[in-house]
This record gives sequence, structure tokens and C-alpha cells, in this order.
Amino acid sequence: MELLIFYPIAGLCVALALGVILNTSPVGSAMCLIGMMLGLAGIFVLQQAHFIAVLQVIIYAGAIMVLFMFVIMLLNLKQAASADWVSRDKNLYITILTSALAIGILYKIVDVTFMADLDSPAELPDTFGTVATVGESLFTDFVLPFEVASLLLLAAMIGAVVLAKPKLD
Amino acid sequence: MWVDLAITLAKILFIIGVTVGFFAPILTWVERKQSAIMQDRIGANRADILGFTAIGLFHCIADALKMFTKEDFIPQGANKILHTISPIIAVVPAILTFAVVPFGGQYTIFDKEVNLVISDLDVGLLFVFAIASLATYGYVIAGWSSNNNWSLLGSMRTASQMISYEVTMGLTIVGVLMVYESMKLTTIGAIQEDFFKWGLFLQPLGFFMFLAASIAENKRIPFDNPEAESEIVAGYFTEYSGLKFGMFFMSEFIEMVTIGAIMTILFFGAWHIPFLTTATLLSWFDFLGTTGSNILVMLIHVGVFFSKVVFFIWLQMTIRWTLPRFRYDQIMKLGWKILLPLSLANILVTGIFILVLK
Repeated sequence: MELLIFYPIAGLCVALALGVILNTSPVGSAMCLIGMMLGLAGIFVLQQAHFIAVLQVIIYAGAIMVLFMFVIMLLNLKQAASADWVSRDKNLYITILTSALAIGILYKIVDVTFMADLDSPAELPDTFGTVATVGESLFTDFVLPFEVASLLLLAAMIGAVVLAKPKLD
Repeated sequence: MWVDLAITLAKILFIIGVTVGFFAPILTWVERKQSAIMQDRIGANRADILGFTAIGLFHCIADALKMFTKEDFIPQGANKILHTISPIIAVVPAILTFAVVPFGGQYTIFDKEVNLVISDLDVGLLFVFAIASLATYGYVIAGWSSNNNWSLLGSMRTASQMISYEVTMGLTIVGVLMVYESMKLTTIGAIQEDFFKWGLFLQPLGFFMFLAASIAENKRIPFDNPEAESEIVAGYFTEYSGLKFGMFFMSEFIEMVTIGAIMTILFFGAWHIPFLTTATLLSWFDFLGTTGSNILVMLIHVGVFFSKVVFFIWLQMTIRWTLPRFRYDQIMKLGWKILLPLSLANILVTGIFILVLK
């Protein structure tokens, strides 16, 4: 029953992710990305992580992508010319770096998949994925990473304000 | 299982019937009549069937017929796919929010617990917020895909306005969930059985900020800059006609109902009558038996809930016909320099109160 929902959503996600890369119009790409994020939220729901799923929609689909769309419209980007696809020398390092990262992540995913006991998944407690449980573990077991992340966000926010202000007074 | 399925289906049909089938068309008439009353006019009274006008109510049918039969026009150079789907993206979130909105409490009918909410999500409050933020795309894409500068201006205004007021809305919701210690809308509703625990008293500032933010999200006067017919023709839906325009039109009215429902749940005691607990009501109708009294109380509660919703719709309409439109910079200033600091202060004060009172 779960697979019946999982495969269409996962397939849609992959198709939309391809759409993000292959689309020549920026708005089309952005639309595909939004669709993919909504699909990911659906997969989170299948994993009983309702809280994460809703956050995925609010933060990525609802806030970040609206800003993306706003910028795309502000710059009034039209179709990308196909000549932009020619590979350039200075892109080589970036290509190598990103492929190394991608291969690393893929290796980890395969590793974890083999380690997991997929045939008999562990029983989930009733409170799994609720706001209370996620909040509790966030503020007890993971309080240090949480604080570090919030500090990083604060630094980024101040950085953005400094960059946007033409003259600091 | 089949009974549960049937009950859920009945609830979905009820909600769609009430919002799309009843409120949306009736509100077009109510808005005309109310503006007419406020401006000392007579208002819609011409559409008639065999000379019978029903105080102008037939205008709803005339409107619907007009929208169905008008030419569906797509401008040259427009993105056909996006131009077509954006009204759908705009109208779906408005209806979808009702999936988590409880319109009554819990009742025992024929030894079965009936919970008057389609999906009692643990993250209900956040779900409402998430869906509301998705509605932006419909309007933004509509303006962009029309290949018209007025439309593009309208959708840029929409995007900036909705991002700005979403922040206030989210922070106001934080205050509400600090007070009720739950994101479940049914729990929030149930707590407000006690009149002095209504959100209006626990979060008075939050109430006004939420009202302002939600009117801004719905883009109605005084926040109707994205539409601003005297500046940019009709904003993001300049190039829309027929039923596609009708869907934008409808989504505004459905959203008014949604806002009314959310305000009722969060701040106005949900389905409860002040000083009358469900137990008292049940004991009054005890002579009808368990099922009978439960059904009666359920009907009363649903009636009370929707009367409160109607009150908020009236409030939004009165605001719309009272205030002039804000300028774009005024909207931004109000959002970022007044409402945002106020909502942060609201969270701080709420936190201090909770700390002291415990």
C-alpha cells in the first residue's frame, strides 16, 4: 500500500528534478523545483515525519522559492541561449569538486541502504515525528548543532544586511 | 472502515459545498449589497426570473453564467501552460486549508466518535501556514505568464507583499501556540470552551496583527496593491477572462471564508458559546437520548462556528469599504517596520507572562 504511493511520488520527484536541469526557461526550472520540493514533502509524510514535511513546504516551497521567483522576475530572465552549455576551463574544478561530493553522498546512501534491515522495519512509537518529540530532541540531544546552526543563520543575516546597505553608518 | 470513509467523504462534501457552493457565490452578492448600503445606493437588483428579483440574489447565477460563457482569451506571447494552470494554483490552496479546520467538536453518534474535522493533523496550525504560503505562486505565475507589463508589476507586488506579511503571520502564530501549547487546531478549539481562554483575551495584539496580515495575504483593500485598478489596470489578472478570471475572483472570496474560519478557531472561541460548556448543553437536551442530544449539540456548534465566520467576513467587508488603498511603500513600512517588531515583542511579552504565571 505504501509503495503504491511512494513510487508515483518518487518518480515524479526524479522527473521534476530532471526538469529543473533540462528546462531552458528559468521560470520553468523554478516551477519544477517547487514541484519537486512538494514531492519530497510527500515522501516525508510517508515516513510519518509530518512536522518535517510541513517545514519543507513552508521554508523551501513557500519562502525560498517565492524569493527565487521574485528575483527571476525582477531580472526578467528569458530563455537561456544554448551556447551557454559549452564547458569552459574554469568550470573544470567546480565540476570535479561537485562530482566528488555527489559520489560521496551516493556512496553513503548505498552504504546505509545495505546496512538497514528493510524487511522488518522497527516499530514506530506513537509520538514519532510529532512537534513535541522533534522539539524535545532538538533541545536536548542536538542542542549544540542547533545553536551553531542558528548562529550561522544570524551571521548570514547580518552579512546580507551589510552587503545590501550601500553605506554603513 | 467503510463507515469512517463515508463520514470523511461527507465532511469533505460538506466543506466544499459550504465554501465553493454557498459562501463564494453568495459573498459576491453580499459584497455588492454591503458596498451599496455603505455608499447609500440600492445595489444589485436587476437580474430577475419572470419579474421576480429575490433582492438581487439572481445576480450570483447571472455572474456564474457570464463567466462560463465568456471567451477564454490567452494573449499573444503568453506562456500557454502556465497561463492556464495559475488560476488553479491560486484557488486550490484556499479550499485545501479547510482540510485541517475543525468546524465542530467531538460527538458520540450511534456509539461512534465523530470528530468534525477532515484531517486532525498534529501540525495543523503549521499546515494552514504552509498552504497559505503556496497560494503566492498562483498570483505570481499568472502575472509573469501573461506577457504584459501591468501584470508583471502586479505579480511582483504580490510576491513582495505576501513574503513580507507571511513573516508577521508566522510570528503571530508562534504567540498563539505558546499560549495553547499545541499546534492541533482541534485542541486549540477545545481549550477555548472556557470563555476567558479565548485567543482574543490571551493574545489581543496577536489578534489584530493576524487580522492585518491575513487581509494583506488575501490582497484586499487596504492591501490591494497587486490589483490596484487605478494604477496597473487589474494587476496580475489583467489578461484573464471567462472562468479563469472567475477562479481568481472566487479564490478571493473563499480565502475570506478561510480567514474567518482560522480567526474563529485561533482567537474567537471556535465552536463554543461563551459560558456554555458542551456538557451543559448536552445535559439540557438529555431527554433526547445520547445520540439525539449529541446531534442537536453538533448542529448548534456548527451553526455557532459559521455565524462567527460570517461575523469575520462582515468585518473584512466593512474594512474593505471603509479604508482607502495604502501606497506600496506604506505597505512595506507597515509590514517590516511596525508589524514585524510588534510581533517579536508580542512573543517576548507572551513568554515573560507564561514564565511568571507558572
